[in-house]
Parts: sequence; C-alpha cells; structure tokens
Amino acid sequence: MRVRVDRDRCRGAGRCVLAAPEVFDQSEDDGLVVVVDDRPPPALHERARLAARLCPNGVIATVDSATLDEDGRGTG
Amino acid sequence: MSVTSSRSSPVPLPRHRGCPFDPPEEYAGLREEGRATPLAFPDGKAGWLLTRYEDVQALLADERFSADRRRASSPVRSLPIREDDSRRVGSFLGMDPPEHTRYRRLLARWFTVRRIRGLLPDIEEIVTSRLDAMERGGPPADLVAAFARPVPSLVICQLLGVPYEDRADFQRWTFTLFGIDREEAELFAARDALWEYMRELVAAKRRRPDDALLSGLVHGADTAADADAPLTDDELTGVGLLLLVAGHETTANMLGLGTYALLSHPGQAALVRERPELADHAVEELLRYLTIAQFGTIRTAREDVGIAGVRVRAGETVVGSLAAANRDPSHFTGPDDLDVTRDAGQHLAFGHGMHQCLGQHLARMEMRTAFPALLRRFPALRLAVPPDQVPLRDDMLVYGVHRLPVTWDR
Ligand code: HEM
Ligand code: SF4
Repeated sequence: MRVRVDRDRCRGAGRCVLAAPEVFDQSEDDGLVVVVDDRPPPALHERARLAARLCPNGVIATVDSATLDEDGRGTG
Repeated sequence: MSVTSSRSSPVPLPRHRGCPFDPPEEYAGLREEGRATPLAFPDGKAGWLLTRYEDVQALLADERFSADRRRASSPVRSLPIREDDSRRVGSFLGMDPPEHTRYRRLLARWFTVRRIRGLLPDIEEIVTSRLDAMERGGPPADLVAAFARPVPSLVICQLLGVPYEDRADFQRWTFTLFGIDREEAELFAARDALWEYMRELVAAKRRRPDDALLSGLVHGADTAADADAPLTDDELTGVGLLLLVAGHETTANMLGLGTYALLSHPGQAALVRERPELADHAVEELLRYLTIAQFGTIRTAREDVGIAGVRVRAGETVVGSLAAANRDPSHFTGPDDLDVTRDAGQHLAFGHGMHQCLGQHLARMEMRTAFPALLRRFPALRLAVPPDQVPLRDDMLVYGVHRLPVTWDR
C-alpha cells in the first residue's frame, strides 16, 4: 500500500493521527499532516484506510500495491 | 437525481424535545419522508433542512456552499452578522477560503494531537482539584457549577493565557451571546463587552509576553506560517474571542448533559466507571448521542447547487442538522440507544469538512479524563431532584443543562 496526502487541503484536524499514529503525524510548525510511513506494513492497512475515511477534508489517499504502476502511481 | 421544482410549504426548524437526550421528534419523520425539507426562517426567507447523514456530510464537504454568515438566514434568532460589522474579523468559523485558511493554518499547530496530549497532566490536576472541592462542599451539589463549567474554563484559560479570575464577567457575556430569542441590543452589548475585554488582553500580551497561546500569536513571527502575514490586533482580538467562547460553551455542556445521560442510564455509567479502556468509545458515543450543536451547521449556496435530491438556488440557506444526522439509522445501528461500547467515531458532532472543530482533541481529552474520574470519585452519584426539574438549555445555541442537582453517599 502507498499512502499519499494532499497537504493543501489539510486543515490540521488530526483525525488521521488518532486513527493511525504509526502512519501519520502533524508538523510542529503548521499543525498539518505529515506522512511518517508512506508504505505501511499490512498490519496497518486497515487503520490507514480508516484514517482516509475519517479525514474531514479528503486529504488522504491509500492506494493498494496491486493497482500501482511502475512509478508507484495509482491507476484507479 | 430527482429534482423537485415545486416545494411543499416550508416549516420552521423543529425545536421541541420530548426526551431531554433526543433531538426533536419531528426529525425522524422528516428524515424518512424526504431528503431535503423546505425550511422557513424567522427572517421570512425560505431555505432547506438536511437530516440524513450522507447529505449533511456532503453539504459540509462541498465548497460551493459558503460558511459566511453575512449572507445566511439563521434558523433561530441569534446575533445578526452585518455586512459593515468591523468586529467580525478573526471569527473564522464564519469565513471561507482563503480568509479561513489563513486563520486555521496559524492556529492548527496549537491544537495538534501531540500538543493537546501534552496538556493531559494539567487537565488531570484540574479535574482532581475540582472533584476535591466538590467532595468537600457536599453533598448535594450543582454539578454544572461545581464541575462541568469550571473544568473546561480553567483549561481554556490556561491554554489561552486568560486570567481565570475574570471569569464572572466573560462567562456572563458568553452566556448572553449564546442565548436565542434575545433582544438584539443585549446581544451586541455582550459581544462588545467581550470584544473590549479581549482587545485589552491582547494589548497586555504585547507589553508582557508569556508562554500561552494568545501571547504566542501576538508575538508569533517565529514560524514561516506566521511570517507570511502576522495578525493585526483586531484580528487577534477576534480569534481570542472565538476561542474563549468556543472553549467555554461546548465541553462544559457535554460534561453536564453527558453526566445527566449517564446517570439516567446506570448500566452505561457502570461501564464507564469500571472499564477504563472504554473511555475513548464512551466519549465518541456521548458526542454522537447528545450532539450539543443542536441547531446544526448553516451554509449558503454560492451558485445553484443540486444536493439531497433538490436544486438549491444561489443565495439560499441550507441547515445541515448534525443532531438528526447522528441519529440516522442508515448509518448507525440502533441510533437512539446510548451504547458506550460501540465505535461511534464517524459521528458528525464536531462537524465535517474544513470547519470541523479546531478544539476537538482538547474537548476529547477533557471528557475522557473527567467522566471516569467523576464516576469513580462518586460511585453512588445520582440526581437530587426529579428528572423533570432539570432545566434544559433548549433556549441556547449549544444544548445542555443549566443546572444538574446531584447527591451522593458520604
Ligand atoms: C464537545 C465539545 C465541542 C463540540 C461539540 C464542538 C462542535 C463544533 C462544531 C460542530 C464545529 C463546526 C461548526 C460549523 O461547521 O459550522 C466547531 C468548530 C469550531 N470549534 Fe468546536 N466544539 C467543541 C469544543 C471546542 C473547543 C473546546 C474549542 C476551543 C478551543 C472549539 C473551537 C472551535 C473553533 C475555533 C471552531 C471553528 C473551526 C473552523 O471554522 O475552522 N470547539 N465546533
Ligand atoms: S485528518 Fe485530514 S485534515 Fe486532519 S490532519 Fe489528518 S490529513 Fe489533515
């Protein structure tokens, strides 16, 4: 799985950090999301997806590796 | 999508509650009948009411809707927001991007999960000292005056750097400001008193800096975000005012009404008392079940927009009822049951989209500390009056109880 965020849309609500602290953090400078693990291990996939669902601003995309092309870009 | 062209005659926003913990009964019917209900506003205009989870969520995520209250009708009579009001600055709850983005970015780093976790020892100390005082002074006690109001007040004062000794004044002004159906002159007087108080405080922080949030913002050109465009003293005043009133009128009501709900559901109270690992779930469930932002979110359409099966015309106001959405049976199983073991994390009690509550982690941290500590300190806590004598805040923008007389065994 690859995890991507669109920082421009982030408003620092921090739902992602509560849902998956191993994957997301908030910057000390601006409070906005920082991805700490953009290829989380399978054990964390469910919680990374939960974070994407809970984010109020649609900032987070999780792309399953099966749908990635060679550059790591999602095809779906 | 079916587009309704003729509308049935608009109804006013339902306000009468049958049960103190349930939203007005009409909501269930409206949610069943149709997705968007024509709504009649007190100013004579017509707009829409949304009651389904998916529709309210869609409204709040849709940037074709504006949160600017200067253009909106209000479903209840509250402080009017005028075009020429110079004291609207800083109140980013009612702003759109890019204005809103600027404020939110300056503030987000003060409210991150990590920063709020850092406040935990202070919150625990405040909770313990209030429980000590309540124990010394009773039984009985008014839980609102002894616990629910002071805890968040002490916490927000400490976070912002506002002197708690001044609380009699700013709590009175805030109370007036959150009342509905009040005289306009009274509302403006309360707002202006708060404004002048905060303006003076900002000036004091310029003279004598400290480590708290207000002073940090006043002197805050230390990060890239702040350096872009430092806030003026008027903007700082508006931000400080918003944070002070939002920090007061919200968590306090969750603590008061939440305790009342738990005392009325002894099995649920026992779970919160005896199983600390349920604290997080219990807090989310109480937020969902009680949804104290009782009159919902208010947005206006910037252009004609199709939503919830209707065409909303540019300029029309749409009310998204958080309380109705949080009881939507297509999203929550048994929505009218209080069940602290459920995972209610997707509730809309803090709103959704870019305006989703800035103070949510602070509120969570206060509640997850306060509810279990209260129930453990007083295992036999119970109402000291018959339930119908608990005065409800159905006359306020934020729901809750005015007082909660309680007693316990010594
Ligand atoms: C249990 C307690 C609370 C509840 C239920 C609550 C609820 C809400 C809701 C529903 C909104 C969104 C309104 C909208 O979209 O129109 C909101 C926004 C906001 N809340 Fe809270 N709140 C709570 C506690 C707090 C606290 C403790 C603070 C203090 C610091 C706070 C500060 C704010 C601010 C500044 C906004 C505006 C955010 C923006 O426009 O970007 N809230 N809150
Ligand atoms: S939940 Fe979304 S908006 Fe909030 S910090 Fe995480 S990415 Fe940003």
